Amino acid sequence: MLSAKNVLTRAVRLTNSSRLSSTLVIAEHDDAKLAPITLNAITAANKLGNEVSVLVTGANASKVAEQVSKVNGVKRVLVAQDEKLKNNLPERVAPVVLASQKQFNFTAITAGASAFGRSVIPRCAAKLNSSPISDVTEVHSADTFTRTMYAGNAVTKVKSSALVKFLTFRGTAFEPAKDGGSGAVENAPAADDVKTELSEFLGQELSKSERPDLATAKIVVSGGRGLKSGENFKIIYELADKLGAGVGASRAAVDAGYVPNDMQVGQTGKIVAPELYIAVGISGAIQHLAGMKDSKVIVAINKDPDAPIFQVADFGLKADLFKAVPEMTAALP
Amino acid sequence: MRILVGVKRVVDYAVKIRVKPDKTGVVTEGVQHSMNPFDEIALEEAVKLKEKKLAKEVVAFSLGGPKSAEVLRTALAKGADKAIHVQVSDADAAKVEPLHVAQALQKIVEKEKFDAVFVGKQAIDDDASQTGPLLAGLLEWPQALYASKVEDGGSGYLKVKLPAVLSADLRLNEPRYATLPNIMKAKKKPLQNVPIKDLGVDLAPQTTTLEVADPPVRKAGGFVEDVPTLIAKLKEKGLVKA
Repeated sequence: MLSAKNVLTRAVRLTNSSRLSSTLVIAEHDDAKLAPITLNAITAANKLGNEVSVLVTGANASKVAEQVSKVNGVKRVLVAQDEKLKNNLPERVAPVVLASQKQFNFTAITAGASAFGRSVIPRCAAKLNSSPISDVTEVHSADTFTRTMYAGNAVTKVKSSALVKFLTFRGTAFEPAKDGGSGAVENAPAADDVKTELSEFLGQELSKSERPDLATAKIVVSGGRGLKSGENFKIIYELADKLGAGVGASRAAVDAGYVPNDMQVGQTGKIVAPELYIAVGISGAIQHLAGMKDSKVIVAINKDPDAPIFQVADFGLKADLFKAVPEMTAALP
Repeated sequence: MRILVGVKRVVDYAVKIRVKPDKTGVVTEGVQHSMNPFDEIALEEAVKLKEKKLAKEVVAFSLGGPKSAEVLRTALAKGADKAIHVQVSDADAAKVEPLHVAQALQKIVEKEKFDAVFVGKQAIDDDASQTGPLLAGLLEWPQALYASKVEDGGSGYLKVKLPAVLSADLRLNEPRYATLPNIMKAKKKPLQNVPIKDLGVDLAPQTTTLEVADPPVRKAGGFVEDVPTLIAKLKEKGLVKA
């Protein structure tokens, strides 16, 4: 009788755990606010067809967890708040993810394809002998995805047979999840092997800007080598401010030292897909196109009519940017 | 310190790739290949550390078909002391996943006791950006990814304890050219061949490619006359305020 009861309890527990089996999204945040790319990742995660849980780690995770619990499509929020998790170093976040996996047996573990997601997801995947899939742009089913290769010049549809799918989602390919949810907040299972001696966060320099975030701005104005100096970039800023736009740059402009590298748009920088992208003094190398060619409307301003950027531009203006850009700024309300 | 540097043979970055008509992949036969640009940077950084006497030995690693030996010779000409070619058939090479490469690197690191592994932040063919963090996960080493500055093993504003895995970003350095005398010398440097089966890495694929296609083509919209016309067009589309 006793053993029968045990079997029954076990069966109930098994049903429970399979009911709870779901997709995990690892949240990215700065201790105060959820990173917008996590909202895109939540939308993508919901397309996998499972319940979505979100893991919030960090020294100040509780406040962000409250925000996350109100996001539509989030059923559960796991919070791991610990001084050790300050700045969310991948070496320290990974054990928390793996402890959560051990308890909840997720079928997919995902994040936005930012520097953070790309650092954490493969590190965790390796421990479970799973081949991750990076920068997914479309979810066809729980195991079939689209992503790009060769700097966006080939689109590939892949099927994963990994027992646990480890995925990063391209933010610009999915709408951000909206508010309206009421997820349950609970503590994440404790990870006992968070090693603090391996790596240490010393500090960071962020380019401070009042302008909208490049990756999520509705309008982006980008400058290239044609600007000729960092000083001259001010005409780009002036136009951007009139438009309420984010400011980007080509790799050439970054390498020439005109602007800091976190402004770079391209295969090796940020991938953007705004409503309107204005490329100024940018020739349109493959590398750059990979980062912006999914923009809804592309405007190119360049004095070279053969610049490749004109082949993707909806509106091309062959003009001297030093005349055309201030003229535009002046003409806008 | 002994540094292992992962290098990959990829279609040259300047080549405009073509998708095969049967949608199984991209055309690689008869196409210019070279060392993945990010790996050149990782290698340069390791060689620089050796020149500063901070590293004792730099070993280049590549996993791939027979032609991967070419990029290893290039690595030797650019200053690597020796090279390890983990050999797979050309047919298998097409299906190798970053996880397999990380597992092979892990085996070599454990066998030969390296103190650091440098890799490029991503290969410009699969754009996966996984090998560095996968390897760090397997070895349980710290990882410094997208490094743009390396000081005595710490990177930028992140301090990692050795042994560690580092992945190189574009801005880390300017890779040197291999000079003719160095290319000649490289021919005499040791290049060790290791069949993948000797490492016990299972190449069973976890990801199957169903289809490779061209991205949707954008049509050029043509030129506009002047700034007022441009603004008028943008207003028409509701993109800027009237």
